[in-house]
Amino acid sequence: MAAPGDMTGGRPDAAAPAAIELRGISKAFGPVQANRDISLSVPKGTIHGIIGENGAGKSTLMSILYGFYKPDEGEILVNGQPINIADSQTAIRAGIGMVFQHFKLVQNFTVLENIILGVEDGALLRPSLSKARGVLKRLAAEYQLNVDPDEVIENLSVGHQQRVEILKALYRQADILILDEPTGVLTPAEADHLFRILEGLRDEGKTIILITHKLREIMEITDNVSVMRRGEMVASVRTAETSPEELAELMVGRKVLLNVSKAPARPAAPVLEVRDLTMVDADGVERLRQVSFDIRAGEILGIAGVSGNGQTQLLEILGGYPEKGARVSGEVRMNGAALPLSGRGCDSRQRRRDGIGHIPEDRQVEGLIMDFAAWENVAFGWHDAPEFSKGALMDNDAIRRDAQAKMERFDVRPRDCHLAARNFSGGNQQKIVVAREIERNPDLLLIGQPTRGVDIGAIEFIHKRIVELRDAGKAILLVSVELDEILSLSDRVAVMFDGRIMGERLPGQTTTGELGLLMAGITDTENTPDSAGIPPGVTQDALPEGSA
Amino acid sequence: MDKMPKWADVILTPLISLILAMGISALVILAIGESPWMALTTMVEGALGSSYGWGFTLYYATNFIFTGLAVMVAYHAALFNIGGEGQAAMGGLGVALVLLYLPLPHWALALPVAMLGAAAFGAAWAFIPAWLQAKRGSHIVITTIMFNFIAAAVLSYVLVNLLRPVGSMDPASARFPAETALPRLSELAASVGIAWGRNTPVNITFLVAVLACVLVWLLIWRTRLGYEIRALGKSERGAVYAGISPVRITIVAMLISGGLAGMMAINNVMGESGRLVLNAVEGAGFIGIAVALMGRNHPFGIFLAALLFGFLYQGGGELALWTSIPRELIVVIQALVILFTGALDNMVRMPLERLFLALRRNGGQAR
Repeated sequence: MAAPGDMTGGRPDAAAPAAIELRGISKAFGPVQANRDISLSVPKGTIHGIIGENGAGKSTLMSILYGFYKPDEGEILVNGQPINIADSQTAIRAGIGMVFQHFKLVQNFTVLENIILGVEDGALLRPSLSKARGVLKRLAAEYQLNVDPDEVIENLSVGHQQRVEILKALYRQADILILDEPTGVLTPAEADHLFRILEGLRDEGKTIILITHKLREIMEITDNVSVMRRGEMVASVRTAETSPEELAELMVGRKVLLNVSKAPARPAAPVLEVRDLTMVDADGVERLRQVSFDIRAGEILGIAGVSGNGQTQLLEILGGYPEKGARVSGEVRMNGAALPLSGRGCDSRQRRRDGIGHIPEDRQVEGLIMDFAAWENVAFGWHDAPEFSKGALMDNDAIRRDAQAKMERFDVRPRDCHLAARNFSGGNQQKIVVAREIERNPDLLLIGQPTRGVDIGAIEFIHKRIVELRDAGKAILLVSVELDEILSLSDRVAVMFDGRIMGERLPGQTTTGELGLLMAGITDTENTPDSAGIPPGVTQDALPEGSA
Repeated sequence: MDKMPKWADVILTPLISLILAMGISALVILAIGESPWMALTTMVEGALGSSYGWGFTLYYATNFIFTGLAVMVAYHAALFNIGGEGQAAMGGLGVALVLLYLPLPHWALALPVAMLGAAAFGAAWAFIPAWLQAKRGSHIVITTIMFNFIAAAVLSYVLVNLLRPVGSMDPASARFPAETALPRLSELAASVGIAWGRNTPVNITFLVAVLACVLVWLLIWRTRLGYEIRALGKSERGAVYAGISPVRITIVAMLISGGLAGMMAINNVMGESGRLVLNAVEGAGFIGIAVALMGRNHPFGIFLAALLFGFLYQGGGELALWTSIPRELIVVIQALVILFTGALDNMVRMPLERLFLALRRNGGQAR
C-alpha cells in the first residue's frame, strides 16, 4: 500500500483492496426502485464524491452502507472483506462513520458528553470522559479539529457542531467517513475550513465519501466522483478528468445551462422601499436591525447570508405575517403606499391584494399543504379569488382547469392535478408554488430559497421564469443561502448578517470571498476571520429552520 | 400514489376491524358460557328484524350522526372536540328554554326555532374552549372534557332549582307544549298508509340529520370556509402564509362543531322525551368520537358508522332483555368495536397496505 502522501493526487494504489466496494446493490421501496444494480469502488485514502439530483438514490445508498436499510440484492465489501451490515452498530464496528445532514447531537450536553454517548466504558462516566478528553486533544492537534470539549452544544456554531459530529465518528475509530450534504448550513469560510479538515483526514489515510449536489465542491475537493441518476450509478470518473458541465449533464441526462443567461436589468421606478425596518421577536431578541433597501421595477435584489440571520423574518414581515409577539418598527412602502406592519391590515391576504407574491422558504411547511391535491394547492392563498368562486361555494372545476393549465405551462410532472402534493418530487412541488405565485403577475415577488432541494433541471427552469418576470418589469426580492444562485440571478446583492444589511455589491464586481466575509459579519478587511471563520454572532440560530 | 385503492381504505379496513371485534366479543361470550351465535341473532333480530327494532336503531343513529359530525368538523381543523357530551347537554337546555318560554303554535315553526336554540347553546358551550385554545393555547382536549363536567353540573342545578315544576320530585323540566311535539316517523308512515315502527322514538329529526350530513359535506369540501378549515388542520404555518387566521378558523370550526353537537337535542329532548331530563345525552357525545373515527371523518362514513352504533345500542338492549348476558357485556362489545375501528385502525390498515403494495408489484407491469 502506498504512503498516505501519495494519495493526494487521487491516484490510489490499484493493488490495495478498496476501502468500500459495492457490488450490484438494489433496493426497492414498494414500486419505487431507489437503487438499481449499483456497483462502486472507493479506494482507500481518497475523497470520493457522490453526486446526483434529489431522489437519485444517494441517501438510500448511504443508508444501506450504514445499516439503516437492508439491500434487496448485492453485496458490500469493506477492505476486501464481504460484510453483512445489519445495523449501524455493525457499520461502526467495520469502521464506517456517518455525519448526517441534520446533526444528531444532544443540544444540552457538552461536547465530551456527546462524544462518549453510546460508547461509555462503564457505569461511571468519569473514566470515559477523561479518556475521551485525551483522545480529543490528540485528534484536535492532528486534524485541526479544535472545539472546546466542555462547551454545551447549543452554544456552538453550526460549523463547530459539525466538527463534533466528525469527532464522534473518529472517536469510534472510523476509517471511512460518510458526509451527507455537509456544507448546506455553512458559510463559505466554514466550508473551506471543513475541506481543509477533510484533506487532512485523507492524508492520514482515511477514506471519505462526500454526498452533495454542489458541483463546485465536487470539483474542488474530491479525487473521484460517481454520478447517480434515478437510482442508477451512471458514471464513476476521476475528478481531474471531468468538468462541471459534463457532471451536470450526467446527473440530469441532458445538457444543462449552468449559468443563467440574462440581459442587463433596466430598473424603473422603485416598487418596494424599506426604511429602518427593525424587528424584535417575542423573546426580546432583535432579529432585524434598521434594514433599509429599495427594489425597483425590473430588477432582482438578492439577499445573501447564512440562514438564520434575519432573512426569514424579513420575508415574513413583507409577506404580511410577522411571527407572533414580535414588535416591528420602520417603514415599508409598496408603490408609494405604506404597508401596515402589525395589527389589522397586516395579513398575507391583504398583501396579495396589494400585488405581492410570495414563494416561501419552506414549501413543505408553508407554501403547500402536502396532503392537499395539486389543484387545491394551486388555489392556496388565492382561494378567495373571484374566478375560483361560484356563489357561496368554491368553483372546484375552474380551479382544476386553472391548475391543469399551470402544470402544463410549468411542466409539472406527473401532470395529474388530483395527486397530493406530497407525491411530487421536490422540484415539481416547487414548480407548483412558483407557477401559482408567478402566474398571478405580482408587482413584487418575494422568493425564499427558490431551489432548495430542487434538482438541476428544475433549477434551470425556475431561474428562467424568475428572470422572465423581471424582464416583464416586476420587482423581485430573492433570498437564498446559495451564493452561486444569488450571484447568477441578482442585479444587486445585499448581504445580511445578524439582522443587518452589511453592504450591497454588484454581482459583476464582487467575489465569493468578499461576500463570504460580509456573510460572516466582517466589513473591515484588516480584521480577517479566524481560521474557523466563525463570526461571533452566528451560533445556534444559524441553524436553518426546517431545511428538510 | 395512494397506497391502496379507495374502496379498501374506506370499506375494507373498517369491515375487517369490525369482524375482529366481533370475533373477540364472541370469545368473551363463549367464556361466560353463552352462545355467540344466539347473541348475534338476538341482536340482529332485535335491532333490524322488525320495524320496531329499526325505529329504535334509527333513533339512536340520529343522535350519533349529530355528535359524529360535530367531532368531524373540529377534526378537520385539527381540533379534537371531545366535549360533544356537554355541548349536546347544553343544546338540550337551549331547546327546553325555547320551547317552554316562546309561544310556538306548531311543530313546523317550533322545529327551526328549537334547532337555533340547540345550536346556539351547543356553540356557546364550545366557544369558551375554542377561545382559550385560539388565544391562550389551552389544549382543547383538556378544556372540552372539563366542560362536560361543568355542563352536567350546570344542568342539574338548572333542572333542580329553576326548571323543575313546583311540587315535582323529579329533576326534570315541565313537559313541552303538545303542539310542539315533533312528528314520529311512524306517524308520517301511517299518514301514507304504511304501518311502520309503531311506538318507536325515531322522528323527523332523522331526516334533519341526513340533511346535516349533506350540508356538512358541502361545507367542508365545497366552501371557502371548509377549505380554510382543512388547510389550518393540515398546517398552521401554511394557513398563516395563505392569509388564513388560525384564531378565527379555530373559533368558527368549534362553533360549528358545538352547534352540531347541540342539535342532537332536537332528537332526544324535543323529539323523544318531550321535556328536559337529567343526563339526556346518555354518552352519545362520546360515541360520536368513535363514529367519526370509524366513518373516516366523512359524512357518508359517519352516516354508516352511526347506523352501526345505533344497531349496537338497540341490539345490546335486546340482548340484556332476552338473554342472561349481563348488560355490562354489551358495553364490552361496544368498547371492542370502538377499540378496533378507532384506536387500532392501523393494526388492520398497515398489513392491508403492504398486501396491496405486494399485489401491485406482482401484477403491476401494466402501470
